[in-house]
Amino acid sequence: MTDTAEPTAPPTTRQRQAAKIAEAASGPIGWTLLKILLLAIVDAIALYAAYVLFTHQEWLVLGIVVVVAALVNWIYFSRKRVPAKYLTPGIIFLVVFQVFTLLYTGYIGFTNYGTGHNGTKEQAISSLLASAQERVEDSPTYPVTVVEQFGTYGLLVTDPDTGDALLGTADQPLTEVDAEFAGGQAVGVDGWTTLPIAKVFTLSAELEKLSVPFSDDPNDGSLRAPDGQKGYLYVSTLAYDADADTITDTKNGTVYSDLGTGAFTSEDGEELLPGWQTTVGFDNFVRAISDQSIRGPLISVTVWTFVFALVSVASTFFLGLLLALVFNNTRMRFRNGYRIILILPYAFPAFLSALVWAGMMNESFGFINQVLFGGAEIPWLTDPVLAKVSVLLVNLWLGFPYMFLVCMGALQGIPSDVNEAAVMDGANPWQIFRRIKLPLLLVTVAPLLISSFAFNFNNFNLIYMLTNGGPRFDDVSIPVGHTDILISMVYKVAFTGQNRDYGLASAFTILIFIVVATISIISFRKTKALEELN
Amino acid sequence: MSTDTVVSRRGRRSFGAWFADTGWRHLVAIVVSVFALFPLLYVLSASLNPRGTLTGSNQLFSAIGFDSYLRILSDPQAPYGLWFLNTLIIAAITGAATVFLGALAAYAFSRMRFTGRRVGLVTIVVVQMFPQLLAVVAIFLLMSTLGDWFPAIGLNTHTGLILVYLGGALGVNTYLMYGFFNTLPIELDEAARIDGAGHARIFFTMILPLVAPILAVVALLSFIGTVNEYVIASVMLVDVDKQTLVVGLTKLVANPRYADWSAFSAGAVMAAVPVMILFLFLQKYIVGGLTAGATKG
Repeated sequence: MTDTAEPTAPPTTRQRQAAKIAEAASGPIGWTLLKILLLAIVDAIALYAAYVLFTHQEWLVLGIVVVVAALVNWIYFSRKRVPAKYLTPGIIFLVVFQVFTLLYTGYIGFTNYGTGHNGTKEQAISSLLASAQERVEDSPTYPVTVVEQFGTYGLLVTDPDTGDALLGTADQPLTEVDAEFAGGQAVGVDGWTTLPIAKVFTLSAELEKLSVPFSDDPNDGSLRAPDGQKGYLYVSTLAYDADADTITDTKNGTVYSDLGTGAFTSEDGEELLPGWQTTVGFDNFVRAISDQSIRGPLISVTVWTFVFALVSVASTFFLGLLLALVFNNTRMRFRNGYRIILILPYAFPAFLSALVWAGMMNESFGFINQVLFGGAEIPWLTDPVLAKVSVLLVNLWLGFPYMFLVCMGALQGIPSDVNEAAVMDGANPWQIFRRIKLPLLLVTVAPLLISSFAFNFNNFNLIYMLTNGGPRFDDVSIPVGHTDILISMVYKVAFTGQNRDYGLASAFTILIFIVVATISIISFRKTKALEELN
Repeated sequence: MSTDTVVSRRGRRSFGAWFADTGWRHLVAIVVSVFALFPLLYVLSASLNPRGTLTGSNQLFSAIGFDSYLRILSDPQAPYGLWFLNTLIIAAITGAATVFLGALAAYAFSRMRFTGRRVGLVTIVVVQMFPQLLAVVAIFLLMSTLGDWFPAIGLNTHTGLILVYLGGALGVNTYLMYGFFNTLPIELDEAARIDGAGHARIFFTMILPLVAPILAVVALLSFIGTVNEYVIASVMLVDVDKQTLVVGLTKLVANPRYADWSAFSAGAVMAAVPVMILFLFLQKYIVGGLTAGATKG
């Protein structure tokens, strides 16, 4: 890299020195220093990450971090592997946030992850036992002092039988501590701040929720002090039997056992919630296909998604092409002015457009009904059919400028001698367009039409912000509506409504994935065929 | 329209010729211009209207004032300034980093020949066909787990959101840049190599300045894409103060009937005008970039 130029005359010592200094100042050494600095930063971050993962005992992730860090160092210190040096940064992001999340989506699709099933079994058991707690009628009264440490509240309890001081928090069961006593009651402990009574009164909402486990065994119950002064023992009406792996309701004797469905279930099928996360095989897919209240909306949403994407691409393309042909006339005045006006909808941020149109299309107050239709109450966004028409209309407004620009570009790219030759041969304008210009145009535009289809297939923002998927379907168990497309349905199943069902949403995602994959493979082949024309 | 006056001035015959040639084009252009413009005029008029409601915004330009601009800028429920700043920071960093990562990859694909090059190029484009928002559940769960270990990049952080967006840095953008890089003659690289420049030096000091137009286009497209991104931002950014414009403004007019419509319009105008100016400036390059990238395999 460095010693390519042979000196023509032997240089003097001073010249050689000067050359060395110059090279050190500008040449490879600067780059090397920068490289070492950047790698040092990467390694420092990796080291920190490894340390944190070590404290969390996440061995698998820790291993991956170490291997990746080692790989990065190896790549950048080596003199070869130049392509890898340029590809690694982007690929790391791609693998973590695209490939991994796609694979992880696949996994979640086979679990019951969602509201009521989002933790481990142990968490579910302790949460169940904690939620069913009732005050023990004849329990003794425990004198309590509220203490605080770094924003965590704890109860400092004096055992009425032994007089010992016990300290516990919501996460930490009561344990014996050395405390200061006043009048037989523990009032302070090292490392914790004793809260004054006045402050305790202001915390009543938090203290009501504060439940300190009595011991490691959740069956022992917990201590609560709603007023911050007197504590009582609360014991769960549910009892967990670790050997039989069952939960028994001590009030009526019902036994709930683990049937592998991610929740304790009684003999007559009643589930105790929260349950826990577990793999459920193809349950989500079976549910999507067999459950009438899900299958119905799934089918109509799928059909509408295709209709929406196809009609959107077709309508924007034809309007755009028409306009491009109209404007493809050099004698036309004010052409650039029109052009800029027509581009404006494309330049306006799309989410804002959708929100503005939603306001204009409001049934009783919107501009369109009030002004353009003289006060008519046309349900643009609330009637199933009209809402679909409105969505397509707004998307036409959003999309035609792009197609217009693209078609203009493509038309200008067609050499004029093609046109002249056709005229010489006696072709009329329509024939020239149909037989010559359109095929040539399509070669350029076809890939863009496909990507436009893919974009609209997942055009979440428009649907969500214009109609929010509405109007809602009747008699369905998931919160979707007539104008929802697949992607907005996934979002709603996962993140809105009372029950978040990550498992079902991911199962839908996998179905979409299969559809999109099929389309892209087919279109890839088609565009290859078109390119060969060129 | 103006056609009648033209008729009387020029006489039927010349008008017929004029209309057949360019006159009808103006007619189409005017109709479509009205269609294109009226929502934009409506939002501009609503933003200048001091009255807040949807109904009050229906009389176009009946009242003009900047009350609603002041309202949206001072409403503590809707910290517009913060949203704007958040959006600007997130979109600018994402745009810059996307360009950098994409350009690195595009350089490797365009200038170097290595095993897996063709497969890599195709894979990147195919993976990108599946939008990130498809995996939003997994992203949410991943970021919530990461946040337990490293709170600085977990849910409700801008850094975390930017990292997620950078997952899409390779892909269509790389493909666009790859097409542009290919148009630079390889002799340039060879000449520089003979002069003793290493690959890094060639890339940073020679290639990057030469491909500046496509870098600007990709940066702008990525910037606009990030500004418009709702799904992941809404799932990841919980606190009102952390949110971006798209999340905040959408919540603000969740029910347009009761919303402060002119304040929203003022916010929309302020958010859109800079983007639109930038866009109109760069539109020639954008179209050029899109069509060039699409046709060059």
